This record gives sequence, structure tokens and C-alpha cells, in this order.
Amino acid sequence: MLDYLLTEEQQMIRDLAKKVAREKALPKRAEWDETGEFPWEALKAFAAADLCGLYIPEELGGMGQSVFNFCLATEEISRVCGGVGVTFAASALGSTPILLFGSDEQKKKYMPDIAKGKKLAAFGLTEANAGSDAAGMETTAKKEGDYFILNGTKQWITNGGEAETYTVIAISDKSKGPRGASAFIVEKGTPGFTFGKKENKMGIRCSATRELVFQDCKVHKSQLLGKEGMGFIVAMKTLDMTRPGIGAQAVGIAQGALDEALRYSRERVQFGKPISSLQAIQHILADMATQIEAARALVYSCARMIDAGAKNFTLPASEAKLFASDTAMKVTIDAIQVLGGYGYMKEYPVEKMARDAKITQIYEGTNQIQRNQIGLALIKELASSK
Amino acid sequence: MDIIVCIKQVPDTTEVRINPETNTLIREGVPSIVNPFDENAVEAALQLKELHGGKVTVVTMGPPQAAEALKTTIAMGADEVVLVSDRAFAGSDTWATSYTLSQAIKKLGKFDLILCGKQAIDGDTAQVGPGIAEWLNIPQVTFASKIEVNGSTAKIERLLEEVNEVVECPLPAVVTVVKQINEPRLPSLKGLMRAKKAEVKTLNATEIEGDPKNMGLNGSPTSVVRIFTPPAKGGGEVLSGEANEVVTKLLDKLKERKII
Repeated sequence: MLDYLLTEEQQMIRDLAKKVAREKALPKRAEWDETGEFPWEALKAFAAADLCGLYIPEELGGMGQSVFNFCLATEEISRVCGGVGVTFAASALGSTPILLFGSDEQKKKYMPDIAKGKKLAAFGLTEANAGSDAAGMETTAKKEGDYFILNGTKQWITNGGEAETYTVIAISDKSKGPRGASAFIVEKGTPGFTFGKKENKMGIRCSATRELVFQDCKVHKSQLLGKEGMGFIVAMKTLDMTRPGIGAQAVGIAQGALDEALRYSRERVQFGKPISSLQAIQHILADMATQIEAARALVYSCARMIDAGAKNFTLPASEAKLFASDTAMKVTIDAIQVLGGYGYMKEYPVEKMARDAKITQIYEGTNQIQRNQIGLALIKELASSK
Repeated sequence: MDIIVCIKQVPDTTEVRINPETNTLIREGVPSIVNPFDENAVEAALQLKELHGGKVTVVTMGPPQAAEALKTTIAMGADEVVLVSDRAFAGSDTWATSYTLSQAIKKLGKFDLILCGKQAIDGDTAQVGPGIAEWLNIPQVTFASKIEVNGSTAKIERLLEEVNEVVECPLPAVVTVVKQINEPRLPSLKGLMRAKKAEVKTLNATEIEGDPKNMGLNGSPTSVVRIFTPPAKGGGEVLSGEANEVVTKLLDKLKERKII
């Protein structure tokens, strides 16, 4: 592996996340994948290990605001289980809008419990008719005195039903188009806020994916994030910030698949020797390792750039998410090939890894949307350099 | 309440190799861990502290590298750690070890409870905990699977082979714990950071005012004569056939071997 010159603290974070994930998630991952049981047991262990607040400043109960450290932990957790990894990471996605746009009061009210892992957060943007095209959004927030009345349904919300704190984007003024959306913090238990059934998914099956249903849900104006009309800015800035996390998740899943393929290739004997001695297998493993390292280097560089205070990082964030998730998909399928028939069987973990990998090409912006973003950013850069 | 936990650093393997000449463990190349039962003792101490307040001090006797084992317990949440280390302690058996630890404990001030794992996974003697109690002349309760402290007494459940026994005992006392008592916690990030910076207090033979007669190889009445792997038992013989026939055969064989 490349030496990323991690500090002693970063090595500690990586090793600890690995240890907790291996002890608490590894023995259960196949069962959780089968039953879809929410991995509370693992999450509580991450909370006890102080791993839930890596991206949150110390004054808000976290361990220091670091996208990079958060990526290190997400990668090691996802290396064991993509479903647990996304559950861990989705709380960061749900709380990043508060970190970026919340008032001091809102931050103090919500962030410490999330940093300590006492509560989970979730982010509500996607709807049935508003996926890649967020302009199709139909959830409304009608202003009435000191309150906004929310109506509509958010779809496929990770941690839905399990989280306590939700950041939700809704249209507060349809006439203003993209500037007519606003972001709100909605607490679980608010009257008029309920959940749909848990979705039955291809992969990341232990993670909770539910609808958020708002029926005349009264939300006080103090729950507004940023200003009215900033909803899409909140969403876009949040997604820029959390995309390296999806990249880290993808790198973790891919590394987990390589770990399995390597181990298997040393044990499996055909033609009188371990298949790892066959060049045909070595070349597959070599490509897997090289692609993973390239993806990791991209994700880490982007995370470090964000932590260093960069203002605009849409381009590298999209590149990191795009490349790492495409890599995860390819590498997990290759791992199945190395394991052959065994890889196709559920007794071995690589088929699950491939199912888990697929979502990383889809959520937090499909890879086609990432390519759009990258293309646009390239043209903008060229135009501004003239 | 102030709790002292005694731990031992042991090799992390069930496949220990023995040096045939010295009859001692070959330690090189084997990673070291905190004796698993001692981790249960640390966990029990931390849980009692969470309930009653106070301080958890972890003590070990060992070479300088045993400081690593102590740091592991800081990462779990121990407040203070003490390494009792001196060349004079080398070669200690359970007599000398329990003496040395008890002398160190006397230097640590007031305590309400001493916890140990029921035994170490390398030596398997289960003698050091009880030994400490004897040297300090305080009660001992071994094989604890549950500890409840009420003021100056403790109610302790002992996990014995046939029965569970509940005893009450005055404090301070030495209690050794079995693994069923709890599941040791994993380290936390804050704990690891604290462990990194933590200072390991060291006590040597002079500081514990130890009597050379009871320390180290010379103070150890035990001598290991020989360590060997016992020859494997041969497989049994299965008698088959009609019941009457088998019983007769069995009786003949027992008589033949002069068992009956």
C-alpha cells in the first residue's frame, strides 16, 4: 500500500475503526445482509469508540473537524460491511447541513448528540419524481405565521426511521424555481412526520432505507437552516462535502473484496499449486490493487484539500466519488471471478460486496451526474482562465 | 471506591513453544497481549467505578515492555497504571510474584478492592491473586462471575464447577474473576490518545522495600524440573456383539488387567 504519511492520530483512527468493525460487524454481516436487521450493535460500538464525531469540531462534542479522518474510518468500516459503512456515513450526510449552515444555537442543540453517536442523522432530498433532477421536487413548505407546514414524501432516505434528526429540503416558494427551496431540521416525533416501510434492497441491506412522509407537519421557523430559499445551495454544498465519504466507502468495499480474493487465491489449489501462482490470477489481482490504490489516492487527496480549507472542490469531489465507485464495482466483480463458483455462493462474502458496491455508483448523485458536474467544472475552469 | 487491578502481559498464542534446554517459554516473535481474564478484571473495575465513582489503578509486574499492556488498559479507561519492574524480579514464581505485587500495592495507598483475572493463560496457576490476598492478610474470593458492592462489603457470585455460590465478604478484599463476568470493552479514540501521552509510573525493588528472600529466582521456592508433552493416549477398544457376550468379554478383560 502507498504510504499516505498518516499522523499517529490518523493511524490510531484507522486501526481502531478496523478493530471495532472486525469485532462487531464481521461476525454479523452475513446475518444482517440476510435479515436486513439494522446494525445498532455496531453503531453503538463505534459511538463508544469515539468514532462518530470525527468530522465534527471539538467544541460541538466531536473529535476535530476532519473529512480525511472521517474517510479513514468509513473506509475501514466499509471494508468489512458496506451496509454498516453507509449507515455510519449517512449520519454525517444528515448532519453536515447543520454544520455548514446551522446557527450556533442549532449546532449546539443537535451536533453534540450526533458527535457522541447518541443520535443518528439523515438527509432528505430525493423524491419519487426528483432524483437526478432535483427541480422536480414536490414536497412543499408553506409559511404560516411562525411555522412552515411541510407536505410531501421523501424517498429512499438512508437511516430513515432510525435517525432522530432529519435535514429536509422542501419547496417554500414554487414561483422562484431553484431559489424557492429551503432546508429544515425536523425531529423524529414531530406531529405529521411519519415513515414508510423499510425498502428491500439489492445490497447494503442492513442499512435502513425508508420514505419520510410529511402530512401537514408543522415545523417552527427556528428549524430553518440558513435562509429561506437556500435549500438547493444547502443540498449542493453538503453533497460536495460528503462525496469523498462515498468514495471512501467504495474504496473500503473494493479493498475488502481484494482481501478476500488474495486470501482465497493462496488457499485454492488447482493444477497442483495455489492459484495465486498462476499469472492469469496474478494479473487480475494486480489490476484490482492498482485501481484501488488510485481510487484511494484520489479520495484522500480530495479529503485533504477540503480539510486544508479549499473553497471550491466540486470537481475533485465528483472525480473521487466517480472513480472510486466505478472501481468498487469492477473490483468486486473481479473478486467473484477469482473465487469462481465459490464467489457466486453466499457462503463467501464477495457476492455481497458486489451487491453493496453497486449503490455507490448511484447514490449521492449517479455517476452520470458526476460526469455532468465534472464536464461543467472543466468548461467553467477553461472559460475563467481566458 | 478505589480499585486496584493486577494484570499480566502474556504471549498471544495457544501454540507456545518451549525451550527444551531451559524449560521456559520462547517469547521472541510472539506478540504480547493483556491476559484475557485480566481484561475482564479491568472491565469489572471500570463498571464498578461507573457505579460508585472512585479510581481504577492497574498494576503489573514485568519487564519494561509490559508498559504496553498497561497502556492498553488506559485506552479502556483506567485512571492510573503502575509498572513494577526490576532485574531483581526475574525468574519469579507465584510466591515471589504475589509477594512483589503485594509490596507494590502497599506503596499505592488506600484501596477498597483488588481485582485479578482468575488465572493467566500462559502459566495457568491461578495462584497469584490468592497469594496477594495472603501477603496482604485480607479476604479472597476466587472465580467471581458477579460483584455487587454495598458500602464496606461485597456480595460475590462464584462460578464453580457444579454450583454457583454467593458469598458476602468485607472489603478490602482480593477478588479474581472468570470470563463470564462481562465482555471487556474495546478501546476508545480518546482513551488511545490518553494512553499515548500517559506516564507509566515505575516501582523498583528498592522502592517497594522488597525482601530479597522473597523476590526473583532466589526467592522462588518453585523449580521447574522438566516440561514435556505427555505421550498421547492410545485409542480405546470397542467390544461388539450380543449383550451377554460383551459383558463376559469385558469382565475377562478387567480381570486380566487386575482391575477387578
